[in-house]
Amino acid sequence: MQTATHPSNEVSYLDYKGKYKGIFGWIFSTDHKRIGLLYMYSMLVMFVVGVGLGLAMKLELIAPGKTIMDPGTYNAVFTVHGVIMIFMIVIPGLPAVFGNFFLPIMIGAKDVSFPKLNLLSWYFYVAGALLVISSVLFGNGTPDTGWTFYAPYSFKSGTNLLPAIFGAFVLGFSSILTGLNFIVTIHRMRAPGMTWFKMPLFPWSLYGTAWIQLLATPVVGITLVLVALERIFNIGVFDPALGGDPILYQHLFWIYSHPAVYVMILPAMGAISEIIPTFSQKHIFGYRAIIASTLAIAFVGYFVWGHHMFTSGMSGTAQYTFSILTFIVAIPSAIKVFNWISTMHKGSINPEAPFLWAVSFIFVFMIGGFSGLVLGALAANVHVHDTAFVVAHFHFIVFGGVGFAFFGAIHYWFPKMFGRMYDKVWAKVGWAFFTVGFLTLYSPMFYLGMMGMPRRYYDYLPEFHAANILSSLGSWVMTFGLLIVVINLFRSAKNGPIAEMNPWNSKTLEWTVPSPPPLENFDEIPVYGEKDGPYEY
Amino acid sequence: METEKHHIVPYRVYVYILIALVVMTFMSIGITKINLGAYSVLGAMIFATVKSVLVLTWFMHLKFDQPLLRFMVGFVVLLFFAVIFITFLDYYFR
Ligand code: HEM
Ligand SMILES: [Cu+2]
Repeated sequence: MQTATHPSNEVSYLDYKGKYKGIFGWIFSTDHKRIGLLYMYSMLVMFVVGVGLGLAMKLELIAPGKTIMDPGTYNAVFTVHGVIMIFMIVIPGLPAVFGNFFLPIMIGAKDVSFPKLNLLSWYFYVAGALLVISSVLFGNGTPDTGWTFYAPYSFKSGTNLLPAIFGAFVLGFSSILTGLNFIVTIHRMRAPGMTWFKMPLFPWSLYGTAWIQLLATPVVGITLVLVALERIFNIGVFDPALGGDPILYQHLFWIYSHPAVYVMILPAMGAISEIIPTFSQKHIFGYRAIIASTLAIAFVGYFVWGHHMFTSGMSGTAQYTFSILTFIVAIPSAIKVFNWISTMHKGSINPEAPFLWAVSFIFVFMIGGFSGLVLGALAANVHVHDTAFVVAHFHFIVFGGVGFAFFGAIHYWFPKMFGRMYDKVWAKVGWAFFTVGFLTLYSPMFYLGMMGMPRRYYDYLPEFHAANILSSLGSWVMTFGLLIVVINLFRSAKNGPIAEMNPWNSKTLEWTVPSPPPLENFDEIPVYGEKDGPYEY
Repeated sequence: METEKHHIVPYRVYVYILIALVVMTFMSIGITKINLGAYSVLGAMIFATVKSVLVLTWFMHLKFDQPLLRFMVGFVVLLFFAVIFITFLDYYFR
């Protein structure tokens, strides 16, 4: 073993001084680790805005009638909340932050295949975010269509929709480029000896995700362009008055947006598949079954988009086909849950913060998944479609799934990323408040939806009052937990005790490099032998 | 990786393909003069398909590349047709 073959490998990526100084050393850096953090900080900013809007909606709904805003404002608030949370937080989500930071290290590479393209995708992210924000600040009225931009309202609404649509379009490019980069990186840059079936599960999940990003995102891109053309030139693709078909819009939108939910959840599942074996100190159960289910989800996920359209007026044949396909896609998700549980069985469990986030992930993900089956059943869907039940479902899955996995992942990889350990007690306190608050916030919505409270209204009937109060209270508890978590992490990144190289005794490659890793990760590209594997405890 | 080296396509081939692409572009405009009813989309799709095949095979070097890449492209095309097929379960049965 030599020491530092490259002079830049003597210091960590955080201390490395390149061509540019200060902030330029970050926004011009093509280091995958710095780009991962750029994404994380920009997502955090948008997340704060999104959470603020969410809290405002819950405050409005604490009592029937007008509380703090009028109906038009409420429509604008849920639209901007949805666009931010979906397109800027959970879609880039784990791939943009942990994928960028850890994919190369976990497969034993010095960087991704196209580092400059990687930086470009962050630029696209920022540009898209600024465009969406500009639709709020300028023009006549904030968009009020909901994040789905449904036709025909999206070209009839007098509000400032074009920048928002264009922003979502640009954000899509960011996603496509990341996907492309990861596919090539995984095919080309795995360390010698790391065959496909020796690759850790997080990179595997990124691989499945990348194919969806690459193939599905262009569909929403072209759809949004069509909406823009419809608004500007009245071309009549979606406008029934001109012979167009508004249901076609829904098809095109969900052909992307259903696979997009797997862009969100697959990497989350991948991170969970790293955390569970580490904190059980046991080989992952059913390694190949997890890979197969990842690919199956990515594949079948392309064919179920119509379950968002059961009440739209599409044909009966399409309705039951989509219903059946939707039930099929639940199977691979269940396979993963069984594998995680079996991994924990008889393991030596170490209940640190990442593990707590991971098990609560399984819990909320299962509630979300089961409610998805309720929604996927044709007859039940007609009853609960467009009610608070749907809102509960996707928050359990998207916020419960992606959010819990994200927090699990940050608590897991934090010592590697920053070289310091966080305060473990506060981490658990934050988790407890967050989880209790989360359940209090969203569980009542299942009930409210089944009793018939529609979604996307600023007002409701008096009989829904009690459950809404409970839900609003939950939003405050959850935000309190969130604050604890974020403050704890920020403080520890600066002042926490220096972390060991491998504090959790994990077996994947990122734990073999110093914390924080040097610029080029490895002095010498590691070689995987016959007996090496990511989960050999 | 050996297969992807040493393949120098003569410029002539590129020119032929370029001509073919231009001709087909005009043909796909020309065909709109004939009223094919419900099949007019099919006409446009056929031209578009042939053109993309030409571009993929020669301009994008699929012909000389690893079989894996050909497999990937074929897979994507199949996926695309499956999505179209399912969409028509709505339109055809409405
Ligand atoms: C067992 C798996 C799942 C099933 C069976 C399922 C089923 C459904 C169905 C049928 C709907 C439409 C409800 C309606 O509007 O009437 C829906 C909505 C939704 N689902 Fe799922 N789902 C599943 C998993 C997921 C996952 C993994 C995610 C994201 C990570 C997700 C995100 C969403 C979102 C965002 C919506 C609401 C879209 C909107 O109208 O704004 N679902 N789900
Ligand atoms: Cu869906």
